[in-house]
Amino acid sequence: MTKTVSPYHYRDGLREGIPVGLGYFLVSFGFGITAVGEGLRVIEALLVSMTNMTSAGQVAGVTVMMAAGTILEMILTQLVINARYSLMGISLTQKLDSRCTTPRRLLMSFGITDEIFALAVSKPYPIGPSYFYGLMTAPYIGWTGGTLFGALAGQILPEDLRLAFGIMIFSMFIAIILPPMREERGVLFTVLLAAGLSCTVAFVPALDFISEGFSIILCAILAAAVMAVCMPVPEDPEADPEEKEGRADA
Amino acid sequence: MRVEYIGYLLAMALTTYLIRMIPFTLMRRRIRSRFARSFFYYIPYAVLSAMTFPAIFSSTGNVWSATAGVLVAILLAFLRRSLLTVALASCAAAFLVGLLPFWG
Repeated sequence: MTKTVSPYHYRDGLREGIPVGLGYFLVSFGFGITAVGEGLRVIEALLVSMTNMTSAGQVAGVTVMMAAGTILEMILTQLVINARYSLMGISLTQKLDSRCTTPRRLLMSFGITDEIFALAVSKPYPIGPSYFYGLMTAPYIGWTGGTLFGALAGQILPEDLRLAFGIMIFSMFIAIILPPMREERGVLFTVLLAAGLSCTVAFVPALDFISEGFSIILCAILAAAVMAVCMPVPEDPEADPEEKEGRADA
Repeated sequence: MRVEYIGYLLAMALTTYLIRMIPFTLMRRRIRSRFARSFFYYIPYAVLSAMTFPAIFSSTGNVWSATAGVLVAILLAFLRRSLLTVALASCAAAFLVGLLPFWG
């Protein structure tokens, strides 16, 4: 933890979070439609978004719910899909100022998402609780509001239109993964491998015993592990030998 | 809220929260293993991909309208169009192809 007090205020975070909030509204609009299309009620879809704020995890979670999977399957699915938040959390702790006490961290940690992490970690100075709460505000409103409107739209839209909107959240996933596939071969092969494995599990009758929820976990772990061996990311440029003593001031 | 979903909801929310909270409040050290860092770097892409394929092809209830949506999404995402453009164009393509009369 850094001794300095953060120069950023709640309103700075609020302002920076607004574009993220708009984007979240769209993605979770798609989630709301998909969730209701799969059979959740509006209030159930809304509660999922209010208590999770994570797109991939929620889509997989709804898959498990609708397939009447086990609670263990639900826990494992969320563990694997959301494990990256642990890494982001660890990385963020290196930027926190001295006002980030444990009770405040308990609240702040709820807001660790890919985009909020990316904004917070890119700040040149240490960050404090008020800035981080500001950063969480618009995305949370966008995420829950989008789900509510998407779920309601899913109920009132005519069948043809509702079915067409069912593809929306998956199209957004494509929009997220495709640009980095062009830049990095590692990402390209990860995506192709995971998709190939997932289709294999879905279409090979001998593999029918693997449920949809477990299939996502298995294919993702296998693809990421294979790629981590074949094409590891570059060495950590910030790693320094002094960290062996547990110092954390990067 | 149906009772049978409360267990799922709690399991989901608690797991997701603990994943975020525990390292953020407790951990102080950097992850040094190159394999672990690579694995965590690739895992979001692997998850999104495994979740999208092949599920996207059954997301509209008609494999042909879904295929049209997939092709439009891939083309526009490849051209780096915004999230909104990709999403709406893909829905529009799926909707239009779904309207065609010859799918039975």
